[in-house]
Amino acid sequence: MADQALVTLTIEGVEVSVPKGTTILEAAKQAGVLIPHYCYHPGLPIAGVCRMCLIEVEGTPKLQIGCATEVAQGQVVKVFGDEALKARESVLEFLLINHPLDCPICDQAGECELQNYVFQEGRSNTRYAEYAKRFSPVEDFGADVLYVPNRCILCTRCVRFMEHVAEEPVLNVSERGDRAFIGIHPDATLDHEWAGNVVDLCPVGSLISKDFLHKARAWELDRTPSVCTGCSQGCNINLDTRSDVVVRIRPRPNPEVNRHFICDTGRMHYRWMNRGDRIEAPLISRGGELQATDWDHALSEAARLVSGSGGRAVVLISPNASNEAMFLAKRLVAQFTATLAFRVERVDGEIPLSGVPGLALRAERAANVAGATALGYRDDFDAAVQAIEGASLVIVVADDLEGVSREALQKAVNAVYIGTILPDAARGAALVLPVANTAEEDGTLVNRDGRVQRYLQAKSAPGMARPVWWVLGEVLKELGRGESLFSADEAFALMAEAEGSFRGLSYANLGMHGRTMSEARVSV
Amino acid sequence: MGYPHKPHEKETVILSEYFGDAEARSYDGWVKRGGYKALKASLEMQPAEVVEIVKSSGLRGRGGAGFPTGVKWSFMPKEKSKPHYLCCNADEAEPGTFKDREIMRWTPHALIEGCAIAQYAIQAEITYIYIRGEFTEPLRIMQAALDDAYGNGVLGDNAMGSGRRLDMYIHRGAGAYICGEETALMNSIEGQRGNPRIRPPFPAASGVFGMPTTINNVETLAAVPHIINRGPEWYKSLSLNNEKSCGTKLFSVSGHVQRPGNYEVTMGFPLGELINDLCGGMRQGRTLKACIPGGSSVPILNREETESCLLDYEGCVEMGTMLGSGGVIVFDDSADMVYQTMRLARFYAHESCAQCTQCREGTGWTVRILERILAGQGEPKDLDLLLDLADQMTGKTICVLSDSCAAVVISTIKRFRNEFEAYMAGTREPGVVAAGVG
Ligand SMILES: Cc1cc2nc3c(=O)[nH]c(=O)nc-3n(C[C@H](O)[C@H](O)[C@H](O)COP(=O)(O)O)c2cc1C
Ligand code: SF4
Ligand code: SF4
Ligand code: FES
Repeated sequence: MADQALVTLTIEGVEVSVPKGTTILEAAKQAGVLIPHYCYHPGLPIAGVCRMCLIEVEGTPKLQIGCATEVAQGQVVKVFGDEALKARESVLEFLLINHPLDCPICDQAGECELQNYVFQEGRSNTRYAEYAKRFSPVEDFGADVLYVPNRCILCTRCVRFMEHVAEEPVLNVSERGDRAFIGIHPDATLDHEWAGNVVDLCPVGSLISKDFLHKARAWELDRTPSVCTGCSQGCNINLDTRSDVVVRIRPRPNPEVNRHFICDTGRMHYRWMNRGDRIEAPLISRGGELQATDWDHALSEAARLVSGSGGRAVVLISPNASNEAMFLAKRLVAQFTATLAFRVERVDGEIPLSGVPGLALRAERAANVAGATALGYRDDFDAAVQAIEGASLVIVVADDLEGVSREALQKAVNAVYIGTILPDAARGAALVLPVANTAEEDGTLVNRDGRVQRYLQAKSAPGMARPVWWVLGEVLKELGRGESLFSADEAFALMAEAEGSFRGLSYANLGMHGRTMSEARVSV
Repeated sequence: MGYPHKPHEKETVILSEYFGDAEARSYDGWVKRGGYKALKASLEMQPAEVVEIVKSSGLRGRGGAGFPTGVKWSFMPKEKSKPHYLCCNADEAEPGTFKDREIMRWTPHALIEGCAIAQYAIQAEITYIYIRGEFTEPLRIMQAALDDAYGNGVLGDNAMGSGRRLDMYIHRGAGAYICGEETALMNSIEGQRGNPRIRPPFPAASGVFGMPTTINNVETLAAVPHIINRGPEWYKSLSLNNEKSCGTKLFSVSGHVQRPGNYEVTMGFPLGELINDLCGGMRQGRTLKACIPGGSSVPILNREETESCLLDYEGCVEMGTMLGSGGVIVFDDSADMVYQTMRLARFYAHESCAQCTQCREGTGWTVRILERILAGQGEPKDLDLLLDLADQMTGKTICVLSDSCAAVVISTIKRFRNEFEAYMAGTREPGVVAAGVG
């Protein structure tokens, strides 16, 4: 294809070959050079307004903007030439004359592109001797977003996101000259389902999240790659934790799934990860009362319950459980006539991000329906409830048991509840095993397009809670049907061996952007 | 001239022949004066022939940059695959320039005819005439003339019976200087904020509504019918200094002269003669101090430079300035050049569209430094600072508004440094400067 023709150029002495039509800024990334920039963002149309990305192109008298200038064969680009450095230093100085320098109280400090580039390329002093700085009070843009105009560098990322990506153009640049600011339509608020992305897009602390306001300094945060469990889209996210508490969710770019964005539902979908009312020890039923016990005892009890029964079994599992958990639970009941089921919340309608085809907050509000289905689980809660009556073994994994009575579980002699919190009905179980939630373990989920994606442990599990894959692995070992599993990776490998849908996949080849099941089958 | 005074004998009156002649405004009056013959003749040629004539006439853009008009037209795609557009730039907001206003006010049909010929030459079905919002009288006159032209079959689906569609709309601006910049003008026509666009793509590839577009100034287009009527050789022969500059040019003279107004002279006419003879010299008892020859965006000249400057593209460059749009602003010895610089910088700070960092912040900062100097609180290092800011505001932004502000600062400091230093040394009384931008 003509578009795929490669162009070779030299950037800061490094030769790179990139497809024709690539911008110098993107080509420079491949040469390992980050050209400083503000208005440019790979998820937005090019604006070319901030003039921060000025660079030297040999043979061109004027400096060029790296974000909009296309590569040409044989081009020689200097990013750190004296003239370009001086021009960028000057842009930074200009940006700072009206900037409040209130970094000590600004949420963006530590992850601010203005701070970063000033450290990197700015002057150590200012020549601005005038007293006046532009001042305008903070404005509430509605939903989760506050606008701090004094910090705004007018890069227009937020405006372009709302106009061209959300396709709800409620923001604009109002006024001219250095009186300019970001305006919002008088009848609008930023309550669009995807509007929260403007906070991430803002390179400075001008658009900030009310939810995150003053919660933590950026440098106190640990960042862990994860996958959103808000719906079946499977957006890639980072869980930001401070002292073992999840304080914020941010999108993690994945060109195949969510590009650079997440919806506000997903963004706010983290408080459950920090719940305090957790099951912290294995509990065993003695005379109708649950009593705490240790893992050795609990595991041998679990093995006894499984081996002491026969005939029909039920596994009712949460559609947010990992594939590893689903696979091992299925393996545990392999000798039974088993009903494998889950249930999933569905709402009316999807909420798409118009400018990104294939991206929407999906009606199906769970992350691993596709994984459950591939592993033979059926979306049939009623069948599971019916089967509980008369089943000799019932295993519930993280279902909240809404609609199931304590008595129902009590009647099934061998009922094991594996979960993070203890719903009243679970008190009818013979054994309760405390497990980690999604933020506390490693695992994989399959999104609606069949993409198998890994998530990593972001915080520790409370008390004696362990990942489901570990718990089930130990029970299988007690039963003499396997070895201890030391990592989710090993659980996944067992599954890839046994389950056709996952064949050929491994944690190593999934990477952090995942692979689809069909890709896996093709490559095997 | 022609209005309010009779033309001076040294003028070459072509565009301004009917200034002051109210009858020329009507369709019948215009036809009586030879109007629409050039359009008729053009419609009988191939579009490419019209382009060729204008190319060989040597006509260059009168909007500021002086780009050869025929060459610009030839950039339009020859094989037409999408609608083409012509934009007529009648935003005329450059301080010191008021010639397009007079063309529209007195000879609206000259502009309509010029537009129609250009439109035919570039194979556009639609022309947008973008008129500065404050121009209420020219707007009314243009609209009446346009209606008249439609009424007489000059425009429409079958323009002058040629079978060609030539439609024309007037778009009224809303008071932003930046909308005179060609790509900002296109955004404004589209209903977007009037921000200049980054290039490429250039208008001939993707202009208004993303379609191939040519944009020309009012005076440029108004000259076209004369070129068609009298031939490119005639036009080319109108040249007093350099053959690359030909035809006549309207100069809007303002400031401290006896008779300000629009004067039409042949390219290469001496600036000193324009001021001293045509405009009757300086105000009583005053002497010439400085002159901005091409509208506020070009470097200022001192007295000696003014007196030896020849008014064409090359002559102005020789003096370190530019012909620009031909807005001649004359200062006498009473003018405070520091104040004048600040006042012009204020204009640019007010009008910056705010996209480019250097322009948005640099214009405002420049104003504040100049205000401080005027208030008697300047320091010697401020001049270096001003020059350094100006350097960083030059050649680095989307459009040249930023460069224009810088040019004013650089050229006044270069030529009138002593006046800045006098404020700093305390030998000049601090002026009262109203705070703020405006
Ligand atoms: C800030 C700015 C303002 C401008 N204002 C005008 C204007 O009011 N009228 C005009 O004809 N050209 C103006 N121009 C020049 C136009 O961009 C463009 O060059 C011109 O309309 C082209 O026409 P021409 O080739 O016939 O000169 C302006 C340019 C800039 C950068
Ligand atoms: S609010 Fe932030 S994203 Fe929006 S223009 Fe200002 S700096 Fe850019
Ligand atoms: S130079 Fe100034 S006026 Fe021109 S585009 Fe940039 S900010 Fe706008
Ligand atoms: S990043 Fe290139 S101009 Fe802003």
